[in-house]
Amino acid sequence: MAVVTFVSHDGETHAASLEEGQSLMQVATNNAVPGIDGDCGGEAACGTCHVIVDPPWSDRVGPSGADEEQMLAMNPEREPTSRLSCQMVVSEAWNGLTVRLPEFQM
Amino acid sequence: MSVQRAVIVGASHAGAQVAASLRQEGWAGEVVLVGDESALPYQRPPLSKDYLAGKSTLAELAIRSAEFYARQEIRLLGATVERIDRSAGRVSLSTGESLGYDKLALCTGARPRRLRVPGAHLAGVHYLRTAADVDLIRATAKPGSRAVVVGGGYVGLETAASLRALGLDVTVLEATERVLERVTAPEVSAFFDRIHREEGVCIQTSALVEALAGDARVREVVLSSGESVPADLVIVGIGIEPNTELAASAGLVIDNGVVIDDRARTSDPDIVAAGDCTSRDIARYGSRVRLECVPSAGEQAKAAAATISGKCREITALPWFWSDQYDVKLQIAGLNTGYDEVVLSGDPNRDRDFTCFYLRQGELIAADCVNRPRDFVFSKRLLTQATQGVGRAELPLVTVSDLGA
Repeated sequence: MAVVTFVSHDGETHAASLEEGQSLMQVATNNAVPGIDGDCGGEAACGTCHVIVDPPWSDRVGPSGADEEQMLAMNPEREPTSRLSCQMVVSEAWNGLTVRLPEFQM
Repeated sequence: MSVQRAVIVGASHAGAQVAASLRQEGWAGEVVLVGDESALPYQRPPLSKDYLAGKSTLAELAIRSAEFYARQEIRLLGATVERIDRSAGRVSLSTGESLGYDKLALCTGARPRRLRVPGAHLAGVHYLRTAADVDLIRATAKPGSRAVVVGGGYVGLETAASLRALGLDVTVLEATERVLERVTAPEVSAFFDRIHREEGVCIQTSALVEALAGDARVREVVLSSGESVPADLVIVGIGIEPNTELAASAGLVIDNGVVIDDRARTSDPDIVAAGDCTSRDIARYGSRVRLECVPSAGEQAKAAAATISGKCREITALPWFWSDQYDVKLQIAGLNTGYDEVVLSGDPNRDRDFTCFYLRQGELIAADCVNRPRDFVFSKRLLTQATQGVGRAELPLVTVSDLGA
């Protein structure tokens, strides 16, 4: 079973098993990962599911889309590999992926 | 000491978030989430959007998976709570059972305001609040049918857009002189009026519905002008009313909603409330406000769970909203109540992206951002974090045309 690890801002780790076809935000909320709110339910409308992808993985998970990019652009905690996890559809091939969470969500 | 039990009444956005947040706050007792719909708690905003347009299933709308509730030991109970006995600490259920509680969370939500005109009971007249409501609408919404949407608010306009996507002829009847009259500036109303007309929707403003007429089913909507609009189905979206009866009959303080404070406490120390059923004094706006939106339900729910768990978490977040219609994504930061000036960035008469900033006495209080996520994030952040007022000079204006009120 594929597992993804969320690392909170203070360094705490939460491993979650992923289900192919879900968004990474759903993986987080279904596994009670603190720090990912997903207030809008996955419409890229709120920006409360911001994650920073471990750089070696950034090519494999792909870049942000246009709407997502605009949401991220004004975020002070934005990093080069930032994504909105609601826009990331997970695959079994992501086994071992690590993402960090910002200190504050939007 | 026996195990404590928290009972949550209402299993939509607020109720589901109270349950999840109780575990995050370390509540070690039982959690029982009582709801009267058969599905897992689901996202309601997509109902008038993708779900009505047939682009998503109810399973996809689940807020969290069945496994989540099982793992977190949150018991989902299908029933309606009929009565609260505060002195005994018990609730009576529609199943005939009763359930004791140590802490109670009221997340009873709201219901659609009914259209009170002759013929409103006819088959083919619908409201839109639950997945079951939308399933009924979808069963009769065939391409080429004529739909009449009563009410030009967000739900009405989103419904109109979704029905157009399904290939129906759509007429929107708005009682006031412009759509979104209660919630946006005239410039934004004019934009949505234009967009819907461009998409083939017929909008009639100042249109007062006098009666619905038909035989076994609704056939036409009769206006006070004497005109009648043919209809195969009618969808009524004229606002919602908070479900406060349960709280009122238990003697809790009600004022246009179950009254809560900044920590989601009601007038009973063992009872909290969250979501569309509540009203709260918001210092920023200097008035008691009943917010009808998911982000607010979530914020209140988190505060409610903290209170139950003996912690302190105040409701501080700024209200915000969103709406999707066609290719138009509207994001709203703040409440524009009491604005005395608007500043536009972009041209709502021509473009499909612009922002309307609302100012009061020279300070930013809200922004309607149409296909401008960047302006939304900017406004939400500044309104939330700025320690002093944000003036016009600091707005990110692409083009300025001041149409101040």
